[in-house]
Amino acid sequence: MSNSNKYDAIVIGGGHNGLVNAAYLAKAGKKVLVLEQRHTVGGATVTEEVYPGFKFLIASYLISLLRPDVIQDLELARHGLEIMPLESTFVPLPDGNYLADWPDHEATRHEIERHSKRDAEAYDEYARTMKRLAIALRPLLDMIPPDPTSVTAKDLETMARVRGVLNGMTRDDFYLLSRLMTMSAGDFLDEWFEGAALKGTKCTSGIIGSFVGPRSPGSGYILLHHYIGEIDGTFRAWGFARGGTGGLSQSIASAAREAGVEIKTNSAVAQVNIKNGEAIGVTLKNGDEYAAGIIVSNADAKRTFLKLVDKQHLPDEFVSDVNRFRIASPACKVNLALDGLPEFTAMPRGKEALLRGSIEIAPSMDYVEQAYDDAKYGGWSKKPFMDALIPSLLDPGMAPPGKHVMSLFVQYASSDLEGGWNEEKKAQFLDLVIDTLAEHAPNLKDIIIHKHIMTPWDLERMIGLTSGHIFHGELALQQLFFLRPSPQWSNYRTPIKNMYMCGSSTHPGGCITGAPGRNAALAILEDRP
Amino acid sequence: MLKTTPLHSRTAALMQASQWRRWAGYAVASAYEMTHDREYFAIRNACVLLDVSPLCKYRIKGTEALKFLNRLVTRDVSKIAVGSMLYTPWCDSRGKIIDDGTIAHLGENYYRLTSAEPNLRWLQDNALGMQVEIEDVSEQIATLSVQGPRSRELLMTLCNAPLGALKYYDFVETKIAGTQVMISRTGYTGDLGFELWVDGLQAEPLWDAIIEAGHAFALQPAGIWALDVSRIEAGLIMLDIDYTPGNKAMTDAQTSTPLELGLNWAISWKKGNFVGRKALLSEKEQGSQSILVGLEIDHKEFERQHHALGLTVPYPFIAWRAVIPLYADGKQVGYATSGVWSPTLKKYIAFGHVQPAHAEPGRIVTIDLTVDRFRRPFNAKVTKLPFFNPPRKKDTL
Repeated sequence: MSNSNKYDAIVIGGGHNGLVNAAYLAKAGKKVLVLEQRHTVGGATVTEEVYPGFKFLIASYLISLLRPDVIQDLELARHGLEIMPLESTFVPLPDGNYLADWPDHEATRHEIERHSKRDAEAYDEYARTMKRLAIALRPLLDMIPPDPTSVTAKDLETMARVRGVLNGMTRDDFYLLSRLMTMSAGDFLDEWFEGAALKGTKCTSGIIGSFVGPRSPGSGYILLHHYIGEIDGTFRAWGFARGGTGGLSQSIASAAREAGVEIKTNSAVAQVNIKNGEAIGVTLKNGDEYAAGIIVSNADAKRTFLKLVDKQHLPDEFVSDVNRFRIASPACKVNLALDGLPEFTAMPRGKEALLRGSIEIAPSMDYVEQAYDDAKYGGWSKKPFMDALIPSLLDPGMAPPGKHVMSLFVQYASSDLEGGWNEEKKAQFLDLVIDTLAEHAPNLKDIIIHKHIMTPWDLERMIGLTSGHIFHGELALQQLFFLRPSPQWSNYRTPIKNMYMCGSSTHPGGCITGAPGRNAALAILEDRP
Repeated sequence: MLKTTPLHSRTAALMQASQWRRWAGYAVASAYEMTHDREYFAIRNACVLLDVSPLCKYRIKGTEALKFLNRLVTRDVSKIAVGSMLYTPWCDSRGKIIDDGTIAHLGENYYRLTSAEPNLRWLQDNALGMQVEIEDVSEQIATLSVQGPRSRELLMTLCNAPLGALKYYDFVETKIAGTQVMISRTGYTGDLGFELWVDGLQAEPLWDAIIEAGHAFALQPAGIWALDVSRIEAGLIMLDIDYTPGNKAMTDAQTSTPLELGLNWAISWKKGNFVGRKALLSEKEQGSQSILVGLEIDHKEFERQHHALGLTVPYPFIAWRAVIPLYADGKQVGYATSGVWSPTLKKYIAFGHVQPAHAEPGRIVTIDLTVDRFRRPFNAKVTKLPFFNPPRKKDTL
């Protein structure tokens, strides 16, 4: 092998975490190669011009949990990252009424008061409580999970830091946290609020990307997970990156390149080369070989260990852990190219600014739970939950002047669809999504120029997400923190020497956080300074 | 009664939150929406429309207009051809800055000067005995500022003027919606942008035409809060905030010179005498007492201290305008005058005026900020200005 094919580290997959990982390693002086199967980097953090002039968010669409450390350490602003806060949420209701969340506290209170004065007061306290829990738990995101059964100095020290985090909470908050972690988002919200619409929109944070309903235990944690997101210090804030999420990937790639990282696209890895239990390099599908003393996989745990690594190199119990890792996905992504703006019947006159925020089709918790019920036996929701956004109103560059793009995150449509996904079923489900939205915005069908859907299978085929799971595996309690993706192997290391994981199958899991990428780099640099 | 600008009927109709403020005796919007976030992001991402009519404007005409201006201001006005503008400060005889603004070369022996404060008396006093007519046209001319990366595309849909080729600080005359308007490639945001100068009586239809065409470019009407964030990012100083005019200052400590404010580039030493030249020359030789620098305040530590107390971080989203002491080695070495969280750079930035020994980029000074109920020192790293300077500010198509 020529010297030019030798690196200190190879990162398999140029998703946002792979790029973050590579940038940190290169900044520490390593010679790093990123291998990406597609023609462009970003993985699921990508913007694609599917139709000329219309830029679609074919996978991820918003940013919230991106670690401030990553933005600052990699100087992403200098590399073009700009995140605009998404300031409002608009929930049209079937009776023609609506619920809105405004950037202004008083304005939001007044909206909630229209539905319930009691809820408006409870909302203040709820928001404060979630904020407190989020601040308390925040340090855990940036931690390399310890093994609680281990007595090594390192693990004991990290366990002490975990205890420190928990000790720092008030007794009441600790009890509340313990309850929230084990209960459903639905039960939790019932304790706080009475209004159906408010609970409908709040519960969606507990089910995003996960094959659970708001009444499923465990959804409480997912709710909290989303509250830890922050933009400029505002918790539970979502932001839109200029140029879409692909704009974010490009800024990380630019930072990585500046640090010396080499990025090869159209370079699909076929296997990790292992010799005497040590990872020594990779072979591409085209037969090219690259060698490195550090191999990092940005792919999810199943794809990494069931496809890229020969099982003979792995302990049986690890293989069975990876096998049972829950990864069934309920999420589809729909994008529409529009010849104008949708007119929502529930949109109050003079408040059209609400179109620039989130538009949620989640009029009640029962609606969302029913949507889950419809899909749970290999089907899809007859009335799906949707989180919509009109990116062209935030970044006019997303569509030609006067035209718009609309991004719809749609749930639930099972990755285990009975009979599997095919073109006909895709078209059927896409129509159903549009019909559902058109009930709230009757002009929708008249203004659609193009429509596009990514089912879980498309996300798997194009981007390589197993089952199309946006979090690389469910954020379920049994596979979080020191259990993610497998007990003993939650610290970004793997049973194969010199091989590491840096994707969302590791702590702290999915969303565009950059945290697995950064934490993995810190773990690698501990082993190989 | 506070005066209103020629665009008040339009700006008042947009105001959602009764957030008015004073600017040179006029009521202008701080922010039209509840918060200024969208207005700020539109400056950096789409485009905004600002009513900057309160600017003072003076028409300067006569055979000795150039001679007068070159005596008044620090830059060499003979360098600008008809169709160009320049930015310049002007000083008193002690070299203390009086005001800063732009000069447009409108025609032969014909200029227009803008200032932040009324300057008629200062101009007249300095024109004594010269063949020059000075007319205050502040109330006759309305100024609309269209700023942001898409401002050029937007204006190009409204007029035939060759805006694609219009260089930074050049201007053209054109018509928009039947109204005669002068468009200059200027602004106070450090971004791609234009200012439109129009007869005050024609300002409303011009505003309406821009708003209408702006729908396709995500145009956002914006107020002073958003402008303030962008001008600090762009390293642009503001009268009464970052300096006190020499003729208003009660003590020497309140005054500043162009050299102290980093405006060395805006002083023409070769053009002959001008007000303050002698004092500035001696300052140049002997060194300035303070230097304007950028500061990056250690926001990570600010955040850490709040989180340690279980508090959310009070980000300074609205720029603060206050004189805050800066320290090094236990002694005060200067003061800060403007500071804000930069949403684009994700940095807590400020302007500092520090002793030359502490002005080197990379030096650390400390600034006291309040955490909970207590003042605590935080590190602030000296950096060069501007903080943000995108190539689009000056590019042409």
